[in-house]
Amino acid sequence: MTVYFLCFVLFSIGLFAVVRKRNLIKIIIGIGIMAYAVNLFLILIGYCKEGRAPVLSSDQGIINMVDPIPQAMVLVSIVLGLVLTLFLVAVAIRIYEKYGTFDITKINRLKG
Amino acid sequence: MTPQALVPYMIFIPLSAAFLIPPFGKKFKKAGDIISCAASACVTALGIYLASSVALSKVLVHKPYGWQAPFGVALVVDGLSGLFLVAMNIVALVVAVYSIGYLNTYTDRWKFSSLFMLLVAGINGVLISGDIFTLYIFLEIAAISGYFLVAFGIAPDGLEAAFKYAVMGALASVFVLLGIALIYAHTSTLSIAGISSAISVGQQTDVLKFAAVLLLTAFSLKAALVPFHAWLPYAYSSAPAPISAMLAGVSTKVLGVYTIMRLFFVMFGPSPQISVILITLGVLSMVVASIMAFVQVDIKRLFAYSSISQIGYVALGLGIGTPLAVFGALFHLLNHSAFKPLLFLASGAITRLTGTRNMGKIRGVMKDSPVTGTATLVGSLSICGVPPFGGFWSKLIIILACIQAGRPVLAFTAVAVSMLTLAYYFRSLTQVIFGKPLTHGKREGAVTMSMGIAMITLVVISASMAVLLLPNTGNAVIKEAVSVILNGKSYAAMVAGVLK
Repeated sequence: MTVYFLCFVLFSIGLFAVVRKRNLIKIIIGIGIMAYAVNLFLILIGYCKEGRAPVLSSDQGIINMVDPIPQAMVLVSIVLGLVLTLFLVAVAIRIYEKYGTFDITKINRLKG
Repeated sequence: MTPQALVPYMIFIPLSAAFLIPPFGKKFKKAGDIISCAASACVTALGIYLASSVALSKVLVHKPYGWQAPFGVALVVDGLSGLFLVAMNIVALVVAVYSIGYLNTYTDRWKFSSLFMLLVAGINGVLISGDIFTLYIFLEIAAISGYFLVAFGIAPDGLEAAFKYAVMGALASVFVLLGIALIYAHTSTLSIAGISSAISVGQQTDVLKFAAVLLLTAFSLKAALVPFHAWLPYAYSSAPAPISAMLAGVSTKVLGVYTIMRLFFVMFGPSPQISVILITLGVLSMVVASIMAFVQVDIKRLFAYSSISQIGYVALGLGIGTPLAVFGALFHLLNHSAFKPLLFLASGAITRLTGTRNMGKIRGVMKDSPVTGTATLVGSLSICGVPPFGGFWSKLIIILACIQAGRPVLAFTAVAVSMLTLAYYFRSLTQVIFGKPLTHGKREGAVTMSMGIAMITLVVISASMAVLLLPNTGNAVIKEAVSVILNGKSYAAMVAGVLK
């Protein structure tokens, strides 16, 4: 139970960074932390105590295996997170070139 | 080939087009446009064929590599996704044609075509996926290619808008993934049919309720309902015009509204709490966005706010949940995905004609370019609900459904917001369309032929939407989609019946 709680704390830290921080890079890091918290949660769902790798062969029964589906989901989610981070960092660099700052409150050419 | 075997081509064609364009696009200038238009046309034709087969057989299920349920990833086309496949791919085709002419001032256009095809692949994937994790993957593909496309111009405001849009979108994605994780932990399956039969209505545990709240928040973010709408005016006003049209007409509809329909009416099953939340969000969107629209001077921001307000009508109709209201909501959604892209395409033409988006500096578009003027006029009349156009009938149906369901206050709100819409369009656009042209100098060749063709097509579609209400035309198709939403729980049985 403690593990799940810590996982939730990690998620909240990421959410806090996204909502409260003013630096673009810190916001990007916040999104990364949230994504990792969710990935960790997925792995925890599939985990069972003293489980082994889910490889089925003829001499082994299906006992004590960890659930492979969340692991597959985490792989996909890591790739998607990578693309998103790449995009955000690229845009942040361009924004820095054009506006000369990473401060989100000063990047407000659009209003209303 | 049987229709079932053709289902994965809805994703396969645009996806392979997206990866075919880069090798050819660098060498041949026209390759990107030709491939993207051809692929869009193929997908549209295929979508119409699939929708017509769904009308006969109710549901098409494709099982890749013959994996039987509960294993494997099924692709499912039913009445609801059939309707969306047709409507959304037609809009995508029109936008693809429009962008041939619009983008001739941009460099590296093949990148645009490639990303556009990825967006189409993502949208089609969301519509036909039969399990929530596949849905999440395609949702991400569509969303991420949307972020790239918003930033495509690399102007400072485009980058700023894209960053805001991407941060909001990333929040939504993380919430969706967390919701999916919780649902998987609870039901041990990812297929929508499996989850739907594992959850019985009215006996939802706290975990499922938490997951439902996460998913509803995320999809409201994608659909830009009012407390979650902050990204939309930025993204729509700064993106290139074809992308504004695509986001307004297709992305928010599929990634937001369709997913709400699919997950909350089909997977979880309708519940009173969801109805109350949807009605609240809908009314808030309608009222707040129309008030915000009054103070806009930027023509694309005006359309963006009115877009939020019109999605509010759809959410209201879904929330009320009687057959008539759901019919009205779907019909309004179809109308909106015809006339809002039209307005955004026209705004792109206006920007190219006059060099500005400020409505105070635009006058007499009708005289400068009759096609653009007519497009703006027809789109505005339809969105305001002037009788012969579709927008009038769909709003009327929603209002009647409110009264029928014993909610006169909601009906009154809908009428009032309709009046407000008429007022702000009248105030903002009369001079823009009919005024005396200012001496900003008419720009020759600003509205090219492909832009003209695209706008005229959408004008014809918007003007003839009311035909869908007649029996024996589109009525049956929309009714089929309504029955999918209303009898959500029978989806599981239908899919399982085919899966065996």
